[in-house]
Amino acid sequence: MSKVKVAFTLNDQEISLLVQPGERLLDTIRDRLNLTGTKEGCGVGECGACTVMLDGQAVNSCLVLTAQVDGREVRTVEGLGGEEEVDKLQQAFIDHQAVQCGFCTPGMLMSARALLNDTSSPTREDIKTALDGNLCRCTGYKQIVEAVEAAAEAEGAD
Amino acid sequence: MIFRNETTISLRTEKEAKTWFKTMLFWSFSIFFYSIVISGRILALIVEIKINKEKFMREVFPMPERQQINKSKKRVDARAKVTGKAKFGADLKFHNMLYGKVVRSNYPHARIKSINTDEAEAHPEVAVVMTAEDIPHNLFGVIIENQQVLAEDRVLYIGDGVAMLAADSREAAREAAELIEVEYEELPGVFGVEEARRPDAPVVMPGEENNQVIHHPLRKGDVEQGMAQADVVLERQYTTQFVEHAYLEPEAVTVIPEERNTLVTVYGSVQNPNATRDALATVLDCDLSNVRIIQDNMGGSFGGKDENISSMACRAALMALQTGRPVQLVNTREESIIESYKRHPYTMKYRIGARENGELVAMEIEAAADSGAYACQTPFVTWRSVVQATGPYEVPHVKTDTYGFYTNSPYTGAMRGYGSPPVIFAQESMMDELAWELGISPEEIRRKNMFANNSRTASNQKLDNHEVSLAEVMDKALEAIDYQEKYRRYSQPQPGDIKRGIGFAISYRGVSLGAEAIDAAGAIVSVQKDGSIIVYSGLAENGQGLKTIFSQIAAEELGVSLDRITHMETDTSISPESGSTVASRSTLMGGSAVKNAAENIKTVIKEFVAEEYDYQGEIVYRDDALFTSEGSKLVDFPELAASAFHSGVFLSSYGWYKAPGISWDEETGQGRPYFTYVYGCQAAEVEVDTGTGEVRVLNMAAAHDVGKAINPANVRGQIYGGTVMALGHALMEDLGFSEGYIRHTNFDEYLIPTIKDAPDNVEAIIVENPDPAGPYGAKSIGEPAMELGGAAINNALSQATGRRLRDLPLNLERVLLGRNLSREG
Ligand code: FES
Ligand code: FES
Repeated sequence: MSKVKVAFTLNDQEISLLVQPGERLLDTIRDRLNLTGTKEGCGVGECGACTVMLDGQAVNSCLVLTAQVDGREVRTVEGLGGEEEVDKLQQAFIDHQAVQCGFCTPGMLMSARALLNDTSSPTREDIKTALDGNLCRCTGYKQIVEAVEAAAEAEGAD
Repeated sequence: MIFRNETTISLRTEKEAKTWFKTMLFWSFSIFFYSIVISGRILALIVEIKINKEKFMREVFPMPERQQINKSKKRVDARAKVTGKAKFGADLKFHNMLYGKVVRSNYPHARIKSINTDEAEAHPEVAVVMTAEDIPHNLFGVIIENQQVLAEDRVLYIGDGVAMLAADSREAAREAAELIEVEYEELPGVFGVEEARRPDAPVVMPGEENNQVIHHPLRKGDVEQGMAQADVVLERQYTTQFVEHAYLEPEAVTVIPEERNTLVTVYGSVQNPNATRDALATVLDCDLSNVRIIQDNMGGSFGGKDENISSMACRAALMALQTGRPVQLVNTREESIIESYKRHPYTMKYRIGARENGELVAMEIEAAADSGAYACQTPFVTWRSVVQATGPYEVPHVKTDTYGFYTNSPYTGAMRGYGSPPVIFAQESMMDELAWELGISPEEIRRKNMFANNSRTASNQKLDNHEVSLAEVMDKALEAIDYQEKYRRYSQPQPGDIKRGIGFAISYRGVSLGAEAIDAAGAIVSVQKDGSIIVYSGLAENGQGLKTIFSQIAAEELGVSLDRITHMETDTSISPESGSTVASRSTLMGGSAVKNAAENIKTVIKEFVAEEYDYQGEIVYRDDALFTSEGSKLVDFPELAASAFHSGVFLSSYGWYKAPGISWDEETGQGRPYFTYVYGCQAAEVEVDTGTGEVRVLNMAAAHDVGKAINPANVRGQIYGGTVMALGHALMEDLGFSEGYIRHTNFDEYLIPTIKDAPDNVEAIIVENPDPAGPYGAKSIGEPAMELGGAAINNALSQATGRRLRDLPLNLERVLLGRNLSREG
């Protein structure tokens, strides 16, 4: 099968690659570009561990082909904060003990980031809807909801 | 000599001598008593001064409050985890690494007639293909060595590995695995404990006479005599299902051959590094010191990354040694669900006798657990069930028999709660049934029978060395959820399809391993010359927050800020072997070991300070410095560390903690199975649509006596996570078994609770009665938080519907059809 050329922005950097037409964005990010913050928990679009932002929307990167992101903008957990800094959402996850094993965390953060970029003061229901595709087996979700609420508030205060 | 002269002088006449003797005696006694009085007085004065001074000091310089303990410190690993920098097993890459793949059985039980690997071997990217024939030492196991690395001539369950290979890329490994041809002769399988225990059942495990893995009896009093005294005798059967751990990270290991003086070094999501090391040393037939396991971040485990990780590590190691290249094995979710061990399903028969006033007089219990294809941890899992099966109640006459049986289902092992969630589900459902039968409230029946201080358990252990806080946890949980009012309200007829109910459950739980195994743990605390501190622990971080807790303890003892501490990953070549990170034992056992190591260092510091700073008194460690008891600063911690180093003083230590003694009689189940217990109560409020069978848990309240919360936010996190995991167990989790086949192999069908399934609110209530056995009085929370929810939800559901269900999960069908009504006893 002939490879396809793909050019896209990843965490504000221009990327240009030759990929197999069937290659998943998840594999491109993890294996080829060595950004392993994005996780694979199910491979079928059910767990949300692989969530990244594609043009600002949260998507499951295990269901997206890299060929589809040509010309688009991809953001992963590594592109959330600055080099030294973490962003307010990440800080809220730290402050509210919203992290246990941390395997769901990158995906949770990306789904929550997409929500907060869209909605500055989300309701609890909005948060639950935005995170409904992200499974967490450790936290029981409560401290995650609290963290997202706190981040929304902190960002609203800016 | 002088004495003799005097004696000679004094013996001039008998009379004189007597008088002299009397005088001497008088004066000696007088002086003696006087000196006692004087010294007593002086002592009293000194004590008085000292006490007053201490009182004075206390008032003027109040004892610094603890700086780390009982504080919701941020997790030490949170930053790495929110930035994506934290490395998990599948994130590692090594030069020249191969990707492994395992070919698994097509049948739950079959004879392997032939395996043809020729085509796979011919694949240009394949480096090695192996079958059981290539593995001289093919068996391992923690308790009974009968788990096969790869199946020899029979596959015993659907997840048994038959062949394995490693290739240059994942795709090539996948492709080549398809090329392996296995010819099977399907054999009749044994499914479920009822079938397994029949005398004519086929024997699952080669070399065994029947399918029984274990039987634990317990006898207290005379159960028939007890039943004869009862006004009411109820008999019920309850069942629970196989449950998948569903850690979000599928299992991953990488094995590097012959690296740094070891035969193999293993990285990965290993819950119990020492158990995995044992398995590797057995399978590779080498010394423990030749195997090194370094733990990566664990994406959840809940008891689940033990034997199946050991099995994967053995497979990867064999291929790595064969090829001389690193081999990585990462399961897909489907592979994980097909192969990994599950929570034991239980079939439990309860017979319970009570007087009219609710007083329990006798309990007879038979609990049978499905061990699946291997023994794995069944002997220990079922042992915990024995101790908890009668619940936290005083019962004079008890007879329990707990069994494990081999079947051709997936093997079962440790999962959060171990042997307790099934028996608590049965036992606490039964208490409600009994209350209904007697016409008293669920609350009253529990209050009448539950343990208090000095109660005796079914094992006849007197609970006299810690606070038995059942009444306190129960009061607090019920109050938080407004139980009485809601119970009254939901007891009235509720019109329409939507009905609500409220229920609760209580438990006592033995802390740590109990009589399962030797119970000791170790740690290393090492102060560097700049005052930074490295901690190594033999117990492992599984995501629960162990590193944070241990860092807090080290920081508290040495009075330093948390960021001075670096908690390393468990490394079996460095960390003291401490048994498994299971049984909610980390804080108590490992925490005590860290504390002990820090205390050892403080003993050395005290000597050094006496010499170097000319201060002999008590040293207060706080704010990154050392202070005198009067509060004047002696030296900053980094400066102390530097000067100790430059004086040749060693500020590192191993710490060790051995659990207090226990005893157990295998024949009668009597003794002191655990050195201490924790107590918990969880209440649930549910809403059920009787038209569709849908159940929603609206609220939960969970009160747990943890002894002392080292980190309250962490404790709450354990409670929130535990209750939601229990909710999944109770309402939805189902592997879709049929005759040994698993139908639900990914999260689209094996449903675990999402954020919307979680209750609207979970109230976590931390109760603290410090326990003499734990560091700062701390005990445990990981498993207690998970064991009660199933029963609480079931009890609430029964109140809502007026019907009692006895089989988990309480899914739509069961709630709607009440299928097991026919079993009403
Ligand atoms: S890995 Fe993509 S949703 Fe689970
Ligand atoms: S923190 Fe472990 S899965 Fe969410």
